[in-house]
Amino acid sequence: MNLDFTEEQKMLRTMARDFLSTECPKSLVRQLEESDLGYSPEIWKKMAGLGWQGIMLPEDYGGTGMTFFDLVLVIEEMGHNILPGPFFSTVICAATILEAGTEEQKREFLPKVSAGEMILTLALTEPSASWQPQHISVRAAASGENYVINGTKLFVPDAHVANYLLVVTRTKKSAKPEEGITIFLVDAGSPGIQCEPQLTMGLDNKSEVVFENVAVPRKNILGKLNQGWTIVQSTLMKAAAAKVAEMSGGCQASLEMTADYVKEREAYGHPIGGFQAIQHYLADMWGYTDRTKSIAWEVNWKVSAGMATALDVAIAKAWANEAYKWVTERAVQCHGAIGTTRDHDIGLYYRRAKVAELDYGDTDYQKEIVAGELGF
Amino acid sequence: MDFEPIPGLAEARKKYDDFFREEMKKAPPGWEGGPEDLATHEGHAFQRYVARELGKRGWVCLAWPKKYGGLEKSHFEQLAFNEARAYWKAPGVDQFGAGMIGPTLLAVGSEEQKERFLPPIARGEIWWAQLWSEPNAGSDLAAAQTFAQREGDDYIVNGQKCWTSGAHHADWGFAVVRTSREQTRSRALSYLLIDLRSQGITINPLATMSSHRTQEAYFNEIFLDNVRVPVVNRVGEENDGWRMIRATMNFERSGLSAYGAMRRELLELIEFCRETKWQGEPLLNKPLVRDRLAQLAIDIEAGMASARHVLWGQYKLFLGEESPRDQATRSSSLKYYRSELSQRFAYTGCQIFGLYSQLKRESRWAPLYGKFEKEYQSCLGNNIASGTTEIQKNIIAWEGLGLPRI
Repeated sequence: MNLDFTEEQKMLRTMARDFLSTECPKSLVRQLEESDLGYSPEIWKKMAGLGWQGIMLPEDYGGTGMTFFDLVLVIEEMGHNILPGPFFSTVICAATILEAGTEEQKREFLPKVSAGEMILTLALTEPSASWQPQHISVRAAASGENYVINGTKLFVPDAHVANYLLVVTRTKKSAKPEEGITIFLVDAGSPGIQCEPQLTMGLDNKSEVVFENVAVPRKNILGKLNQGWTIVQSTLMKAAAAKVAEMSGGCQASLEMTADYVKEREAYGHPIGGFQAIQHYLADMWGYTDRTKSIAWEVNWKVSAGMATALDVAIAKAWANEAYKWVTERAVQCHGAIGTTRDHDIGLYYRRAKVAELDYGDTDYQKEIVAGELGF
Repeated sequence: MDFEPIPGLAEARKKYDDFFREEMKKAPPGWEGGPEDLATHEGHAFQRYVARELGKRGWVCLAWPKKYGGLEKSHFEQLAFNEARAYWKAPGVDQFGAGMIGPTLLAVGSEEQKERFLPPIARGEIWWAQLWSEPNAGSDLAAAQTFAQREGDDYIVNGQKCWTSGAHHADWGFAVVRTSREQTRSRALSYLLIDLRSQGITINPLATMSSHRTQEAYFNEIFLDNVRVPVVNRVGEENDGWRMIRATMNFERSGLSAYGAMRRELLELIEFCRETKWQGEPLLNKPLVRDRLAQLAIDIEAGMASARHVLWGQYKLFLGEESPRDQATRSSSLKYYRSELSQRFAYTGCQIFGLYSQLKRESRWAPLYGKFEKEYQSCLGNNIASGTTEIQKNIIAWEGLGLPRI
């Protein structure tokens, strides 16, 4: 066991923090939240220059050849600083293609991802608002050399700027819901796709995507026909674990910002950080944040090493869901009225904490997994 | 003890229910009656319309003396009206005018001030804003720095106020200002009524966390630059403003009808859960959902029971039979119970709505017009406004329980 970061990892973390705080100040975060594009193509290009989109992709595919854990360290810093945009969606989908794609698919997609020339996203959830296979109802039917997709996906992150969508479809009715599911790599510009933004609390660019007779070549099946669910599960585990790291970074930033504020803000002739009630809030926030960091690093190390179980990920995500919400809620309270405004940074974290809980499974969903895995 | 409703009150309640049932059909779509609804141009126009209708009937200030525009109804009938209005989420009663400055003037205003300001409040004609908080004086109001310099028959006021709800639609403000450089903190404060159309006043919106793009803000910041205010607009004596402030605060902390509104909102949420199937079965069939809704019902009823005692205490206080200290303790306790309950309500709604809870009302997929998406953010202000939860707990510990201050 060695719980220290390597020198390389320390450098990566420092570089990521410096880069993000310089390139993406909170004024830009707010501006991007209000923009139609929702991300900065300039920052996107610069990140590609640093090798971030391809950080865990092999050098053969234009990547940097580092690990999933290294990627997650960058994502943690993105949670700390806040970086609006399709980075998370793209790298998780790239990891899925790396894991399940054919050699031809990897050669087609991954070098473009590494170069910052391709944005990817996972189109999974539907009006049923579920992460479970029995609620996948978007259909794909064989038609000559193509499959034809019909149906509606909801809450699809970054679909409005994605070049390709990883669309989870039902290709066969089966007694077991996880059988008969197939993932397609779908060109977002295909005729029959309509994408309509769904304005969210996180202002994080989710969309409703409607497929109407969208033809996709058979060669764009990712993985095996009718056996896509195991790939979805693996993707969800990676995404949930990486999201925990992003949330951990957000907890840390909220704690730091609040500790700074209560040392400066005065009431009744004292800094409010001198009042015991406030000190106890901060002490609890420190504890929640510290446990979130620990569990984030551990679960992502396990994912990276191929050792994570569904239980590991569900426990980590359930923990981080509640911790991040609680830390940011107390952070706003410590800031008082200024914390409830659009102009103050802490609200950016409070809103994201809620949306991050929902992404890749809220606490109710994770607890069901925990209960199931524990044999209840 | 006798918990039987007072005779005649049910009939009065029905009269008010009938009125609001009809009038609320004219509300803008998705109306929840919260500050964000009232902040918009459309919302404020509706507010003024309902106020005029209420004013015609003498219902804005039912319990006030007839000479100031009231009907001299009992406190209990006033409560029946408040509950009906809260249940229907109806606007039309200015919480700052009829709710705060009006009762303050009734208690401590000069006869001239009462005659001048109370009748238009009772007619629902003028709207008020509370100019108390400043960037460096929130819960610690005695730290207010806005200064009013006496110059003949006027004060010349300079300073900055913030978190002023609805000031962009208001006609008048009641302000806490400093009037002495010799005295410190609360001993140097005075209470002024300021015409918000006066020269030297600039009102800027303060956008809240949930706002985006062009949405209208309900908070404002107000800059006062050499604003001339006649001395006759001072309430109470110079440098004796703290006593007036305490009087207004007691009016601010009652807020009894909020529980009636929560009951209604819970019924709406239950109805939604009965009708909505997202994963094959109605939400209301899920044990987790049932548990959460039941817990809200329990918490609301507990608050309501306690609120009835606050009402009773206020009534006794009015008769001079209960000490203000006991009343203040219970009001403080219930103030933060209510704000935390409204927070739990918003959080519970979001938890039940799952992925859908993040959608803003502009999305056609947003359940209940994005109500909980908005309230998940706006609920935070309730724990801070009108004295933070921490301040309320201090009041209970120090004044209610007599615990030592270290």
